[in-house]
Amino acid sequence: MLRFLFSKLLLIVPTFIGITIVAFGFVRVLPGDPVLLLAGERGMNPDRYQALLHQFGYDRPIVVQYFDYVWGLLHGDFGISISTKQPVFQEFLNLFPATAELAICAMFLAIIIGIPAGILSAVKRGSIFDQATMGIALTGYSMPIFWWGLLLIILFSGILGWTPVSGRISLFYYFPSVTGFMTIDSLLSGEKGAFTSALSHLILPSIVLATIPLAVIARQTRSAMLEVLGEDYVRTARAKGLSHKRVIGVHALRNAMIPVITTIGLQIGMLMAGAILTETIFSWPGIGKWMIDSISRRDYPVVQGGLVLIAALVMFVNLVVDLLYGLINPRIRHQ
Amino acid sequence: MDQTMEPLLEVQNLSVSFPTANGETTVLHNASYRIDRSEVLAIVGESGSGKSVAMLAVMGLLPGTARVTADRIAFEGRDLVSMSEKERRKIIGSEISMIFQEPIASLNPCFTAGFQIEEVLKQHTDLDKKGRHKRAVELLEAVGLPNPEDRLKAYPHQMSGGQCQRIMIAIAMACSPKLLIADEPTTALDVTIQKQILELLARLQAETGMAMIMITHDMGVVAETADRVVVQYKGRKMEEADVLSLFENPKHAYTRALLSALPENATGDRLPTIDYSADFTGETL
Amino acid sequence: MSDSTLGQPVQKRNVRLQMLAEFWHYFSQNKGAVVGLAILILLVLVAVFAPLLAPHNPIEQYRDMFLTPPFWQEGGTLSFPLGTDAVGRDILSRLIYGSRYSLAIGLIVVSIALLLGITLGLLAGFFRGWVDVAIMRVMDVILAFPPLLLALVLVAVLGPGLFNAMIAIALVLQPHFARLTRAAVMAEAKREYVVSARVAGARNVRLMFKTILPNCLAPLIVQATLSFSNAILEAAALGFLGMGAQPPTPEWGTMLAEAREFILRAWWVVTFPGLAILITVLAINLVGDGLRDALDPKLKRS
Repeated sequence: MLRFLFSKLLLIVPTFIGITIVAFGFVRVLPGDPVLLLAGERGMNPDRYQALLHQFGYDRPIVVQYFDYVWGLLHGDFGISISTKQPVFQEFLNLFPATAELAICAMFLAIIIGIPAGILSAVKRGSIFDQATMGIALTGYSMPIFWWGLLLIILFSGILGWTPVSGRISLFYYFPSVTGFMTIDSLLSGEKGAFTSALSHLILPSIVLATIPLAVIARQTRSAMLEVLGEDYVRTARAKGLSHKRVIGVHALRNAMIPVITTIGLQIGMLMAGAILTETIFSWPGIGKWMIDSISRRDYPVVQGGLVLIAALVMFVNLVVDLLYGLINPRIRHQ
Repeated sequence: MDQTMEPLLEVQNLSVSFPTANGETTVLHNASYRIDRSEVLAIVGESGSGKSVAMLAVMGLLPGTARVTADRIAFEGRDLVSMSEKERRKIIGSEISMIFQEPIASLNPCFTAGFQIEEVLKQHTDLDKKGRHKRAVELLEAVGLPNPEDRLKAYPHQMSGGQCQRIMIAIAMACSPKLLIADEPTTALDVTIQKQILELLARLQAETGMAMIMITHDMGVVAETADRVVVQYKGRKMEEADVLSLFENPKHAYTRALLSALPENATGDRLPTIDYSADFTGETL
Repeated sequence: MSDSTLGQPVQKRNVRLQMLAEFWHYFSQNKGAVVGLAILILLVLVAVFAPLLAPHNPIEQYRDMFLTPPFWQEGGTLSFPLGTDAVGRDILSRLIYGSRYSLAIGLIVVSIALLLGITLGLLAGFFRGWVDVAIMRVMDVILAFPPLLLALVLVAVLGPGLFNAMIAIALVLQPHFARLTRAAVMAEAKREYVVSARVAGARNVRLMFKTILPNCLAPLIVQATLSFSNAILEAAALGFLGMGAQPPTPEWGTMLAEAREFILRAWWVVTFPGLAILITVLAINLVGDGLRDALDPKLKRS
């Protein structure tokens, strides 16, 4: 088990180095003068240029620049945003909870619906339920989610008027942010109707974001379940006279969940890393929208810093998933 | 020994077929079996003879796509076919139990040996947690596993094939079954372990007086363990006789061919093989 | 073995035909896959015959026909069957021409990704050692980023536009092919037929392409269909975010970007392009599922 952990940790180091190289090289590959790009100014007088050149470290050899850059990263210095003049790292921390809240909610929906759907489809293989469910899953998986989101807005916000169109909470409410999670903060604030407002803003984006993970999880669960149901130990469980529910729910499920957990973990990583499209459509102020806005605004420090932060986040989540997998799979956990 | 003339397990005209890409394939044609209490019956044949299928059908372990028809499948006189699912499950695992060919694969890799043994006790007995644990230890001792307390905490992938098969036997014996079906229990094991497992099964059978159905392709195993023998080929019964008569005076051409293919029976310098072009199914006894 | 060397080319062709027939037998059992294939063929025909099928020029703006509804709604007209967009362009014509873009995008992206990925995978799997380590670590880095984000950044570097978007997407998708190829090559390289080819004196390049690669084709084909649909979705996403095909190009994703402000006023401007994307990707995924089942029948026999 420890060896497993160690080998996974070891793989992270070169990948992280690669990520920093990509981010480091990103600004230098852009067309235009890097000093001007990072400062966000068009023309500047030569003295200021020299000062900035020195400040950014461009007058030093490139290898030294790289190590300075990494050194800065390790100390939490990810640059300063051109548009807001705030440290990139600080902005990331401010905006991350919004994405996290959305991602967690979406994942919750995807798991709660996807896994039972997959199990039932496997157990009732070939039935109308199975075909219908897998058909819906395939459709969800093939859908451009930005379009799906727009469609749902037309239906639920436009025609039915049930949900708001954008944002995290109605502008009526203002309360201090404790956790950054609007649902929790609204409850803590005690203001009437705040929680419902937060929830009503959360639900449509969550459904849209959940669509693809739900489809993938349902399909994965079904195929994992089908494979497990053909195994010898399921036959043994039946031969013991155990109830159908126990054979499926205890013996089969435990084994089927092992590959599914990996899938879920990978999906979380993708979600956390910026539900770019969903956040754009619903004007959800998370890191996805932050990135796309920064790219259009040419706020390159943010893009550079955001790249590293998001990739590091994905890597971290994947590591946690790998560890979890090692814990769950008894073959790995017990030597 | 009680003198009920009724057989323990009676199967009449059992047929099993599966849907395949080329239509429906019948793997068992109208086979009938009978086993009495404390008897050891061997069902012998090559792959494809349908020997496992018959017993899997009795236990209800065939996949849902299988079509099973029979005039009668009765255990202690009670009809298993018309019984409710719930009633059936009271018998399967406790009064009739089964062990299989691949012991490690037959145990759930996510649970300890102890969990899997105590599970069957929980399903069929009233023992409390302590009682189940005690009984599990007793069972492991009975099947010849040293350090039972440690063994109960082990996972299947931490044990050898022989050890896993003993665990399977312990599970099968847990509720004192009247009939144990052993489907090629030693085929996947080393030769030395094979002998030990067979001896264990014989000893348990003698001690408890349970009936045993031994499914095998190995005539040597048949000779050592069985009272009566059923010979199958391509889903049909070719011959049925008590073991001594079968070996000394085989009546069916296929049985003769099987016996003569045994290395022990080699007379010349070439090992006889079974001539499959001969239509064995033409002859029925 | 066969007795005539003269008959060999004919026998080879017969074997290939037989394999094709067997493949079709398995493939056609999956009704969904056949439907998907039919839709795809229809789509290709639409794309090829677009100038004949489209009622109007896709970029022509009809100044007095802004936001006309589809013909079955009030205010709609049959001359613009699916309505017009905010600058008076016929939506149906734009959809028809848009199919050309989507199919071309899929083809070009997958071709680039395949070429790059297979080459890298072959090199890594065949030569092992530090070549393998270097290539695989680079693949890991690419896969560490969320695909859309990486594509966006790449387009930011290269400049917005359809061509750059395609390159970016191909780069992002290619590690999957590299990994697959490498895994397949490593598995095959141990097999006996490769060892015997080596003993017979076959050189590396020949070994790679003529001996090993044909046997790795099945998972690559399946991945290719998956990447085809991903490419279309990603290109549409980039178009939607303004980083892909630029207006007035009738690419379906770009059409959705332009439509966004009108969603509450003119539902048809939003619905139809998205529907086109959905149907296309769905068809490809259906075919992909069917391919997977047909190429590896051991895996799935329902």
